Amino acid sequence: MSGLRVIAAGPGVTIQDGGRHHYLRFGVTVAGPMDKTAHALANRALGNAPQAAAIEVSLGGVELEAQGALTLAIAGGAFDVTRDGRALPACCVVNLAPGQRLRLRPGAAGAWTYVAVAGRLLLEPALGSFSAHTRSNLGPPALAAGQDIAVAARAMDLDDSAIETDWPQAAAIRVLLGPQDDYFAAEQIALFLDSEWRVGGRSDRMAYAMEGPLLVPAHGFNIVSDGVAEGAIQVPGEGKPIVLMADRQPTGGYPKIANVIGADIGALAQKRPGDALRFKAVSHDEAVAARRAMAAQLAAPVRLTPVLRTHFTSEDLLRFNLISGATAGAD
Amino acid sequence: MAKIDTPPKFLDAGEAALVVEFGREVDPAVHARVLALDAALRALDLAGIVECVPTYRSLMVHYEPLLLPRADLVARVRAIESAVHATPQSNALWVLPVCYDGECGEDVGVIADAAGLTSDQVIALHSGATYRVYMYGFAPGYCYLGGLPKELAISRRATPRPPIPPNTILVAGGLSLVATNPMPTGWYLIGRTPERMMALRREPAFLAEPGDLLRFERVDRATFDALDARAAAGDLVSRKEAAP
Repeated sequence: MSGLRVIAAGPGVTIQDGGRHHYLRFGVTVAGPMDKTAHALANRALGNAPQAAAIEVSLGGVELEAQGALTLAIAGGAFDVTRDGRALPACCVVNLAPGQRLRLRPGAAGAWTYVAVAGRLLLEPALGSFSAHTRSNLGPPALAAGQDIAVAARAMDLDDSAIETDWPQAAAIRVLLGPQDDYFAAEQIALFLDSEWRVGGRSDRMAYAMEGPLLVPAHGFNIVSDGVAEGAIQVPGEGKPIVLMADRQPTGGYPKIANVIGADIGALAQKRPGDALRFKAVSHDEAVAARRAMAAQLAAPVRLTPVLRTHFTSEDLLRFNLISGATAGAD
Repeated sequence: MAKIDTPPKFLDAGEAALVVEFGREVDPAVHARVLALDAALRALDLAGIVECVPTYRSLMVHYEPLLLPRADLVARVRAIESAVHATPQSNALWVLPVCYDGECGEDVGVIADAAGLTSDQVIALHSGATYRVYMYGFAPGYCYLGGLPKELAISRRATPRPPIPPNTILVAGGLSLVATNPMPTGWYLIGRTPERMMALRREPAFLAEPGDLLRFERVDRATFDALDARAAAGDLVSRKEAAP
């Protein structure tokens, strides 16, 4: 049996597939990847189904050891990736011989990256999904040192390669106002759209806290609970907006000033605590057009550039790293 | 119920979720319209609808706008609204055994003091009412009920208490709630059921649908323990009856 042994795992490294859908009406959180495009890219690079279960790596980082020969793909933020200490591109297809170790640590940019395996992770589904929701103990537990993840490996004839990425350059995170924008006076909405925000330190898979000016709803902070969509920006009592992410609760009782559009949730997710951002209001038509563009990107063939060497100069890394233009750290 | 209801509001929660809002307060007539639309949309089984989430006052429709454009979804909802009488439709009445004694109902005395009643009166009122499943929320299987006798309306705790035992029945803010997994709560503990509102290996995994009716039947601690052991082994220990 092939597998991956977890040598070390920081907090918040979990297994995620496309999410646990169809049970929101029973109070069950969807979970799923924080950056769906990156998660799908890692899977697609190996010919897996785009929503197959993969390892989501947080800023806590992870170190894995191959049990048997495995082909993996990594896609997401500009993490520092090494195989037995030698640097690899942040987004790559990599072959591991038995006993070889892959280490991912936070690099130049980005908060999440994904490790997919050619074949599939052998896991027990919960309510039809392999996604971990740690707060409600649904799905596989968070990765921990010493754990073995069994893999039904599929042999691949792929060279070690860089995955070419074309992440959207998010100048601003686009939002649709509502559903409770009428709880806010015009100058409060202007304050929301005109201010620079910073991702707060207590951000996690459930919510990203926004630090900036305080927003004051005109009609109080409490509404009768209604549904909450991914990317909802709710404004609780202390006036600090919170963007609800993959692990959000299905319903909530605070007014929601706006909702991040689907195409920009991944870009927001990749912001780290302390990163600055702005919000920009768009129309429903513009949001759907952006969604269509994202779907087209997900349907386009994955471009791989074979890597013949396993030792990279910083110039190589600069060339491969198309997210931020910064180096991912030479070895 | 008359068909002179005001038309719902359509509010976007991003481009892939539509809130169909019938009101902004808790109101059984509003909730009936939510459930009627939920049932009608589920029966239609439209391509492009991912899932619907009923709440007290609105239905959130999660949809894929690349398959089902917003305008088409709104037109479908309007057509349903003009055809459906918003009469509460209950498919089932669930009778759940509940132990109110000792640590199972650790806050019965607090609730009684707040209401100016005896503990036995509190238990008689709670177990004598028929409830409607309004919605699930907060955590998997947490089932919010309308129909709590108004004598038992008690405000939430000022500060949350540590995690409750599994399958606890809670009251606060004029509602009752059947909980599943241990979580901290600001509500008061009135009793405990041996039944599982959520059991992952059971089919269906969730006992009651939003809109179903629910009653509590008092059992003593020994009966609770026996039923709890059976439920742990996978048995259903509640009764399902036809809705009246």
